[in-house]
Amino acid sequence: MELLEKLTILADAAKYDAACTSSGAKRGHKEGMIGCTSSAVAGCCHTFSADGRCVTLLKVLLSNDCSYECKYCVNRRSNDVPRATFEPRELAELTIGFYRRNYIEGLFLSSAVLTSPDRTTERMIAALRLLREEYRFNGYIHAKAIPGTSPELVSQLGLLADRLSVNIELPSETSLRALAPNKTKAAILAPMRQIRDRAAESKAELVKYRSAPRFAPAGQSTQLIVGASGESDRHIMRLTESLYGRFSLKRVFYSAYVPVVESTLLPSLDTKPPLLREHRLYQADWLLRFYGFRADELLDESQPNFDPRLDPKCCWALRHPEFFPVEANRADYEALLRVPGVGVVSAKRILVARRTGPLHADDLKKLGVVMKRAQYFLTCSGRLATPLRLSGAGILANLMAVERATLPAEAGEQLSLFA
Amino acid sequence: MLWRDIIYQYDGTFDGLLCCIYESYTKKEHPTAFYGDGDEMFSLFETRTVVTERAHAERIARSLRKLSPDVLPFLRRVFLTCLDEKELAIYRFVVKLYREGAPYLTRLSDDTYQPLLRAVRHLSAETEHLRGFLRFSVFDGMLGAEIEPKNRVLPLLRGHFCERCHDETFFIYDRTHREALLYSDGCSRIVPLDAFEMAPPDDEEAAYRRLWKRFYDTIAIHERENPRTRMTHMPKRYWNTMTEFQSENDVPPLPPA
Repeated sequence: MELLEKLTILADAAKYDAACTSSGAKRGHKEGMIGCTSSAVAGCCHTFSADGRCVTLLKVLLSNDCSYECKYCVNRRSNDVPRATFEPRELAELTIGFYRRNYIEGLFLSSAVLTSPDRTTERMIAALRLLREEYRFNGYIHAKAIPGTSPELVSQLGLLADRLSVNIELPSETSLRALAPNKTKAAILAPMRQIRDRAAESKAELVKYRSAPRFAPAGQSTQLIVGASGESDRHIMRLTESLYGRFSLKRVFYSAYVPVVESTLLPSLDTKPPLLREHRLYQADWLLRFYGFRADELLDESQPNFDPRLDPKCCWALRHPEFFPVEANRADYEALLRVPGVGVVSAKRILVARRTGPLHADDLKKLGVVMKRAQYFLTCSGRLATPLRLSGAGILANLMAVERATLPAEAGEQLSLFA
Repeated sequence: MLWRDIIYQYDGTFDGLLCCIYESYTKKEHPTAFYGDGDEMFSLFETRTVVTERAHAERIARSLRKLSPDVLPFLRRVFLTCLDEKELAIYRFVVKLYREGAPYLTRLSDDTYQPLLRAVRHLSAETEHLRGFLRFSVFDGMLGAEIEPKNRVLPLLRGHFCERCHDETFFIYDRTHREALLYSDGCSRIVPLDAFEMAPPDDEEAAYRRLWKRFYDTIAIHERENPRTRMTHMPKRYWNTMTEFQSENDVPPLPPA
């Protein structure tokens, strides 16, 4: 089979993986090696595909010839699609060729299950070893650990890759049993736990010996599919929080379910992927990681799902009028971060700028605060930042109008049904 | 005594600009415009050429360093931006900084300071973009790329690409500012270059371009198509130097098997 055709099949099969980041590993140039990992904190986006997602790695499967039967997956055994498998040398040359031309930051290697998880991981290790050792590739590698792989193989994989990920796939064990009969929660969590412990060990060794081998220096991430099964947003957020807490994950990715398969267990084929829901989950994910929110603050039993019409932070603010208004000239960093329209950067700027004198509403705007949202929640030297005196309902209506303008046209139409 | 209005003509370098500031203070003149090296000058105002003297530039640099170690690097960055009348903006900023002292540097929303901060953010964003969106082509083992940035980003891209392509020989041509970054054997320099024409791709290069374009087209999920988000993250002005947006016609067809 020709390389172009293989690449098409194996990239097409890998495209539903959401993770495509090159962050978290700082490794400078090494003598005799090709490339380095980006020194920027946030990684490096090399292009954006037509669906608006960042492309930073050559994201492919080693093979799509799967022996599993996950109902939601295009590559499942019973599906009639063309199958292909990369030769390790082919893949290494492709990666180097793309890397030199500045198309990519590195390789994202995943694979369908070729007969067994161990067999598959062995082949991935062989391909990555060739790339690292013979082709002297020093760029970023993200490798997928397949649930059910033996611990020795996972630890070999982690020494070759910068980041490992194990896909949790579905947000609960019930859904997993129904839709991914070959995978179990225990089999998924076991490698995650191992990666966590091994990475911590490796960090401790590095403190003692500078040349200790680095195990997955960029940590691990995971992905779950949203909208294929019936879990609530609250369930997903609590799961996310515990993954960040207990498994020290770097990222949890959400992937809106794109119906690719007709099955009575799944949403019908004409269902649109729940993109707005995915967007709200990512917004909430940011609130957990950078804004000091806890999952239980964002959603509770009476309100298990996010309001599609407003972002989670605005929703929280409207439910907690007792917290506001926040005084821009006095409030601490944590309180500023809770104001809608204020982000990490603008909160830090406020802290610097108010040292030399009181700030007014128009100063805040220049500091990058989004006043369209923040005006209802901030005071400057005791004066409310908005000329309007609105009730909670009035603020809600105004915030929704601001939000509607930012949503894609169809979502706006869908939303008008709620209004 | 009232300060005299004047237009300064200088050599277009950062040190030259520092000398203009020196000149303005020693001669009690108030510059209303700056002309760089290549700029045409027609004006009713008095115009004078300021000669760049290292000692004068160093005097200003020292005084700025005394106020804060970050000012000079910041101003060097402002000097690389495409801010309108950036010399005048820098001059006004420095005057205000001298008057108010170091605390002025925390007044991020000040009308003289904030446009400079914004311009530098624009510069950093463009640099960040081009780290990713720049595309090399391979000619006889040498890498070459063309970019069309609004700001002068080459000095800022230098460190990144010299590390990333450490063992390669490469050049990056900036079409807007007509200069090129050259790198080989661990040494890099930036030279002015008036015209440059990229050689057509050879077979191997064309094959890689085809593979990359195919990968790019395949990796998008059709059901999630979202042109607006793509354009937000990757403005169209970058597209004409990116391989994946060149039509198939630009790539010679495959030789018959």
